[in-house]
Amino acid sequence: MSSYPHAPGFVAGDRPKVVTSRFEYTDSFTIDRYLATDGYTAIRKALSKPAAEVHDEVKGATVLGRGGAGFPAGTKWGLTPQNVWPRYLVVNGDESEPGTYKDRLLMERDPHQLIEGCLIACYAAGLSQCFLYIRGEMALAQERVATALNEAYAAGYVGKNVLGSKFSVDIVLHWGAGAYVVGEETALIESLEGNRGMPRLKPPFFPAANGLYGQPTIVNNVETLANLPWLINNGVEAYTAIGTKTSPGTRMVAVSGHVKRPGVYEIINGITTFRDLLYGEEFCGGIRNGNSLKAFVPGGGSAPWFTPDQLDLPFEASQVGPAGSMLGSGAIMVMDETTDIPAAALTLTHFYAHESCGKCTPCREGGTWLERILTRVVNGTGTDADLQQLIEVGTSICPGDFPHASNEALGLAAVPFPYKMTTICFVGPSAYAPIHSALTLFRSEFEARVTKRITIPVTAVGVAQ
Amino acid sequence: MSRLTDANVVIAKEIIARYPRAKSALIPLLHLSQEQNGYITREAMVQLGELVGVTSAEVYGTATFYEMFRFEPVGKYLINMCGTMSCALMGAGELMHHAEHKLGVKAGGTTDDGMFTLAHAECQAACTEAPTLQVNYRYRFRVTPADFDSLIDDLRAGKLADEIPQHGVLAKVRQRIPADKGVGAVAPEDVTEGPAWLDGKPAL
Ligand SMILES: Cc1cc2nc3c(=O)[nH]c(=O)nc-3n(C[C@H](O)[C@H](O)[C@H](O)COP(=O)(O)O)c2cc1C
Ligand code: SF4
Ligand code: FES
Repeated sequence: MSSYPHAPGFVAGDRPKVVTSRFEYTDSFTIDRYLATDGYTAIRKALSKPAAEVHDEVKGATVLGRGGAGFPAGTKWGLTPQNVWPRYLVVNGDESEPGTYKDRLLMERDPHQLIEGCLIACYAAGLSQCFLYIRGEMALAQERVATALNEAYAAGYVGKNVLGSKFSVDIVLHWGAGAYVVGEETALIESLEGNRGMPRLKPPFFPAANGLYGQPTIVNNVETLANLPWLINNGVEAYTAIGTKTSPGTRMVAVSGHVKRPGVYEIINGITTFRDLLYGEEFCGGIRNGNSLKAFVPGGGSAPWFTPDQLDLPFEASQVGPAGSMLGSGAIMVMDETTDIPAAALTLTHFYAHESCGKCTPCREGGTWLERILTRVVNGTGTDADLQQLIEVGTSICPGDFPHASNEALGLAAVPFPYKMTTICFVGPSAYAPIHSALTLFRSEFEARVTKRITIPVTAVGVAQ
Repeated sequence: MSRLTDANVVIAKEIIARYPRAKSALIPLLHLSQEQNGYITREAMVQLGELVGVTSAEVYGTATFYEMFRFEPVGKYLINMCGTMSCALMGAGELMHHAEHKLGVKAGGTTDDGMFTLAHAECQAACTEAPTLQVNYRYRFRVTPADFDSLIDDLRAGKLADEIPQHGVLAKVRQRIPADKGVGAVAPEDVTEGPAWLDGKPAL
């Protein structure tokens, strides 16, 4: 047991380090280390150019959002309505998607890099106040960011007239209190307004137009913003030289579960493949105990599952989407041959059912139904009809074909991402995603669990059509 | 006792002043209250409502949405055991079983001596270090049953008092914005023009 991460990913390999460059230092979170390693040089550089020029650089670099949806940050900043003031920045540090572990590291280990990223964003997009929302359960991250902000204010990097310029911005540390759904950007805004953190309907509540206090608001993920100091210091060309045209730069990926070296790795966008990551010696080094790989979740608990058939796909949304899943929040959960698939799926369905905010019926009721039915199946008291019922309930949350991966042995062709949904946010569909993947790819394991074989037509047991 | 102390009221007002609208301070203030008392009381919610200008019912409405807020006392140490997928794959179920046995309470329960509350928790953003737990929101990684036993023994013996504060205390460092350095929060309706630095020229 230890109280600090082993996370071997930081040291292995000689790859470009855009956001983890200071992780090798034990004092990486201090202002002294930050200043000794190019700290706060990017904001000086940015302030010596007109704001629009800095915005153009971020646009030119196609900095993809790292929070889940992968929307380019520079483009998002351009969606605010003209001449509506004030505009705000809300930093999403609520990291709680199952499997995801990167934003907490960036906040704990390099808080000044994040602060400098916030400054650059506020300058470029004309945002006059920044709220840095950290997940409630992350006491150390809150402590490190609070310390860093106090240092940065004292040194004149944050606050009134940054570095003596006409650029002024406050960065306010805010923290949550335990609710996964608050990571969704409109729920984050509700929570920041002091309310129950329930998502708002989009439209009309697209944050860039109508966000915090009804004002234009940019919501960006911690890792997205942490990319900006390096980008401004090294330039668009250096940034886009890493990765591919559609997925430039690097991204942080957490690999957990049954690999030899689970860890957080900074990989090359669009190029590194799942096989590199799971089997490469500079990364996870293969499956534990020489076991074989059964399945993996490629992009956080919400993502449809992959099997070894998909190992050669790179971290590229335009390839992973058509293959039936998503890259999401950079979280890979690996299951080896010993994994009890229905039980593994249940941990995720339980999570999303538990985290439903209750605003939409298909999620509130459907999630609970899915969990109860799957629990019966896992416990060995389920019936044949239960398997069909899982699909029926799932289909009431996500009508039509649900995305899944191709599978050669099963003769399955891929159904591309995304899905249709009857809910406001993705929590409802996410409760179904693991069940759908597991049932599609490993149906025999469910059938073996089902003890009573009754085949009542599903409509007769009262499932909504 | 369950209202904020005078010193904490000063801190509360400092926090409120950072937001364009006072209600935004509610969650941080609920934490402040829980830090002081270990849980959230009725009187505290009435007072917080007065501080930010909403009814106590609204405070209750917000507070009950979030799992970290407790409305009854918990043990001195709240032990949150992660049971989500990555941890489950790495033995979280067995660890929880062991923990229940060691502490003699079921998940959700508090030991008779009031030292420990054992709870199920969801993904703690440390999945590569599974199985994980948090004691009053301080992490322990790759926890074995033997590790769990020594953790409990150390906590009982008071050996970890420096590292792990009482339930309710999150960050031990508070943000402080010096009056001469901060820009100050302005209600959105009082902002009439765009930021000074958007004049097409470099700011520096
Ligand atoms: C249920 C749900 C949970 C989410 N949780 C997070 C989160 O914890 N952190 C995060 O950055 N984005 C999360 N997102 C995505 C945000 O809504 C938003 O897209 C993101 O913060 C935007 O930042 P980016 O463009 O920099 O990626 C979540 C979305 C949904 C639907
Ligand atoms: S899908 Fe679920 S979590 Fe999302 S808004 Fe609807 S009820 Fe709430
Ligand atoms: S699943 Fe346990 S920390 Fe993420």
